[in-house]
Amino acid sequence: MVAKGETIPRIRRVAVMFATLLLFWLMLMGRVTVDVLIVGAMASLAIALLFPSGLSFFTEFRATPKAFVAGLRYYGLFFKELVKSNLRLATIVLSPSLPIKPGIVKVRTTLKSRMGRLMLANSISLTPGTLTVEMEGEWLYVHWVSVESTDVEGATAEIVAGFERYLEVIYG
Amino acid sequence: MVEFLIYLAATIAGIAFLLALWRFIAGPTAVDRIIAFDSLTIVSITGIALAALAEGRGIYLDVALVYALLSFLGVIVVARYIERGF
Amino acid sequence: MASVLDLLGAILLVGGTAFLLSGGIGLVRMPDAYNRIQAGTKSTTLGPLLTLAGVACLRPDWGLTLLLIGVFLLFTNPLSSQVLARAAHRVGVKQAPQTVIDRLAEDQGEQP
Repeated sequence: MVAKGETIPRIRRVAVMFATLLLFWLMLMGRVTVDVLIVGAMASLAIALLFPSGLSFFTEFRATPKAFVAGLRYYGLFFKELVKSNLRLATIVLSPSLPIKPGIVKVRTTLKSRMGRLMLANSISLTPGTLTVEMEGEWLYVHWVSVESTDVEGATAEIVAGFERYLEVIYG
Repeated sequence: MVEFLIYLAATIAGIAFLLALWRFIAGPTAVDRIIAFDSLTIVSITGIALAALAEGRGIYLDVALVYALLSFLGVIVVARYIERGF
Repeated sequence: MASVLDLLGAILLVGGTAFLLSGGIGLVRMPDAYNRIQAGTKSTTLGPLLTLAGVACLRPDWGLTLLLIGVFLLFTNPLSSQVLARAAHRVGVKQAPQTVIDRLAEDQGEQP
């Protein structure tokens, strides 16, 4: 059994690691000058060559134009849901009767890759009234502030389906 | 006008800080305290950003970044400890 | 005389901290740890993001560092609350009496 990281060429892993580190460095310095660039490139290259597998799960995405478009639409949906989620939470905590109906429901995901599932769990945690509690393979247990459907199909359609559509294209 | 709004924002953040601090002291479980601690850190990061703005010192933002990093690691470590410790 | 960008930034600052305040109220009012995690994690993600965006509007030259803090918060915040919720459930932190269902406890009861 070969680990998932081994199927991705070493050169790509090093390149992704190098690019991530250099970007991080440039953003941290907040300016792009020759000396900053040289120091950052040298340090990033050294770390990328020494620890190439450190970010292996970052390289699982598909680098196709279709995935790029899906990514943009995913972030559009994500920020819309994030704002909606905060407004709903504000109305709940500000209303005197505190109208909550909490519970933990079970949902199923069709995503296969680790990064895809991680992103899905993260998205669920930031969307209206839901929070991932536990992940077991394709099953996710989600805490829901106002439970609307207790069965697996209903909850899956309500919570997961919107994000899964885009994440499927990006990560598979 | 802008000056006033910056101070208004700082005041609101201060009230949020006090509310989270109340939860941190009241508990009742360790998990509640960690939640409150996490919120306190994030409010502090916002406060540091506002302080950087008021003082005009960009270097404060690096402090905020390191603070965010330490808070994340701290919460993960304590959560692990709770899972295994008792 | 403030420019439009400055005014937008200042309004974003106040809006962001207002979300933080709603999260703080949620922390105090919510009945159990899980609902508090919900209140805590959502407002502490959008709140700082808006505030940092506001600071970026007022001082565009700090934009990159602010973006870095924002992206970092966006990725780590939900992760840490998930880990915390899992830990709470594993050690059996009690849920509020309003709780209608707990599939996770049911499934764990079936396969100990």
